[in-house]
Amino acid sequence: MKARYLKVKLLAASLALGLVGSVQAAEDVEVLHWWTSGGEAKALTVLKDDLQGQGIGWKDMPVAGGGGEKAMTVLRARVQAKNAPTAVQMLGFDIQDWAAEGATANMNDLAKAEGWDAVVPAALQRFSKYEGDWVAAPVNVHSTNWVWGNKKILDEVGATELPSDWDGFISVLDKIKAKGYTALAHGGQPWQDATIFDGVVLTTGGADFYKKTMIDLDAEALGSKTMEMVFDRMRQLRGYVDDNFSGRDWNLASAMVIEDKAGVQIMGDWAKGEFIKAGKVPGKDFVCFRTPGTQGMVTFNSDQFVMFKGDSAGEKSQLAMAKAVMSPAFQSAFNVVKGSAPARTDVPNDAFDDCGKKAMADLASGDLMGSMAHGHSVPAAIKGAIVDVVTKHFNGKNSSADAVKELVAGIENAK
Amino acid sequence: MSAFHLNYSEHSGPNKMNDDTSGFLGWCRRSLPKIVLAPSFVVTICFVYGFIIYTGYISTTASKMLPNSKFIGLTNYEKLWRTLNWQVALDNLAIFGILYITICGVLGLTLAILLDQKIRGEGFLRPIYLYPMALSFIVTGTAWKWFLNPGLGLEKTMHEWGWESFSFDWLVNSEMAIYTVVMAGVWQTSGFVMAMFLAGLRGVDNEQVKAAQLDGASSFQTYKRVIIPQLGPVFLSAFVVLSHMAIKAYDLVVALTGGGPGNATEVPATFMYSYTFTRNQMGVGAASAMIMLMTIAAIIVPYLYAETRGKRHE
Repeated sequence: MKARYLKVKLLAASLALGLVGSVQAAEDVEVLHWWTSGGEAKALTVLKDDLQGQGIGWKDMPVAGGGGEKAMTVLRARVQAKNAPTAVQMLGFDIQDWAAEGATANMNDLAKAEGWDAVVPAALQRFSKYEGDWVAAPVNVHSTNWVWGNKKILDEVGATELPSDWDGFISVLDKIKAKGYTALAHGGQPWQDATIFDGVVLTTGGADFYKKTMIDLDAEALGSKTMEMVFDRMRQLRGYVDDNFSGRDWNLASAMVIEDKAGVQIMGDWAKGEFIKAGKVPGKDFVCFRTPGTQGMVTFNSDQFVMFKGDSAGEKSQLAMAKAVMSPAFQSAFNVVKGSAPARTDVPNDAFDDCGKKAMADLASGDLMGSMAHGHSVPAAIKGAIVDVVTKHFNGKNSSADAVKELVAGIENAK
Repeated sequence: MSAFHLNYSEHSGPNKMNDDTSGFLGWCRRSLPKIVLAPSFVVTICFVYGFIIYTGYISTTASKMLPNSKFIGLTNYEKLWRTLNWQVALDNLAIFGILYITICGVLGLTLAILLDQKIRGEGFLRPIYLYPMALSFIVTGTAWKWFLNPGLGLEKTMHEWGWESFSFDWLVNSEMAIYTVVMAGVWQTSGFVMAMFLAGLRGVDNEQVKAAQLDGASSFQTYKRVIIPQLGPVFLSAFVVLSHMAIKAYDLVVALTGGGPGNATEVPATFMYSYTFTRNQMGVGAASAMIMLMTIAAIIVPYLYAETRGKRHE
């Protein structure tokens, strides 16, 4: 008899403890992303630590691949298996595609409470919202029309004043090549060729041409002589890369510039994270400048965390994570390490280095256009068609006129 | 004796003699092969043929990122044939397929003939030629990528050994990259083809060879007129195996060139994967998968038909 009561008491006690325990412990967040290079992973630990402080565990699910293609494939498999991760790093039109499928969670209440509408630029909101509902929390704003230069090499060739137009840029590259360095550090992956293409379109035709061709897909502009000149300039750049560039990862190309082996790299400002992690100081060891001819214009891409619909227990952690991601303190801390600009316009720029301050200033006053190379100007199918033509031309020998014809036909076919 | 025979038909259960096939247990015994094969049969019907039909269905719908049920007929096939990458993929498949099958066949046959000369080291040499087959295509692709990289592998080594003007940059050359895929593929599979031919050579009747020698035929003539014509079935098997491997070559291309400088080494398998999963054009990807299936079927189905027809005549 006594033993039975003891058992009942023990059972009741453990049940009570269990209930208390489950109320306190929030669900872990499982995050799918492709931030696997050194600088990026470091930036992500800022978020991990933040959430850890709130008692939310972090299940990391990195899928390497600089442009995010593999991560999107893994995501599709997970969603089909009804086992979507809690939050997914996503770019541009992918967010819209998934929201159209009805797989994303609605964050309107949180957005209203935190006042997101007022502080997030309209160009970004176009992707964070689907049919007026908030589905994603923007983490940062990267832009792709940047050039990263090794200051020592640039000083050596006498380029103390940074080139401000295309011809000036080419003459600097010639001088670097003459000195025996690799002029342009580049990785021969299609998305990297496309990242350069963004800047070259912008500098050749200006903001209006970029909007007409890369966003509106105007056939006349796409088939024009200006586009031919864009491809001519891509061919020019091809002459400044080294022989081993095929298949090289972007951070290895950055390493070439960091280690005094190459002069410049045309890459988005996530490259700055690599320089910072290697202990280099902007203005002293490396310089950052807009792709010559594109000053005041920004081809942006914004990493956003999309919250997927799951069970209601995970929803609390999702909203906690979204709130943490959008807090000004986190936006400042994360973006300082990552190399990007905050997605909120009201974050003070004290903690940022010179390149970061430049980026934030351009964001506030410049012309913001979605980057084609990173899924912010056209949907994936059309982006694929454009990138195919760009990379084929960059790696092959076909003429610019042929490339333009293929571009027009390819885009038409992918619509 | 007779008592034993009388009793035999009344026995049941485990004591029954094994060749009695009447009754329920008899039925079980007769159908035992069918029962054992039934699960695999059902799984194959469902997962192979069922999903082939499902892919065919998807290729006629407007599926983009996820499957969709809007029927659009053969529009995806029209889109497919207008896509630049698909033309490149088909050209590459033709180049890779023809070279891979021909070179593997010739090399395999030559190695088999050479090994068949009753040399002392045969037991030692044969596994060495077969070892590459034990590697996965990913390992082969990665190893050859390092070997053929101008800055890391063969070209750099030649430069360091003093031969400065040596250049072998096929891997990063848009026009020649597909031939590097052929090289890696041939290295992997020629050992396997050699093993097939060796078995075939061993199966040739020795009496015929002796008769040919008695008639004064040289070694070369013996091979050309007597032995090789009898290897017909082996040629056919090798062709079937090699052609299906050539059409499916995905991991080799991905590991070796990642699709090539630009899109120079795109093959139907990589095309199908990227269009279905990465570019949100599932309908077009499914259409390309159906085309790949029809290509393989065009080779295998006549072969199967010939085989089964031959058996029935026996």
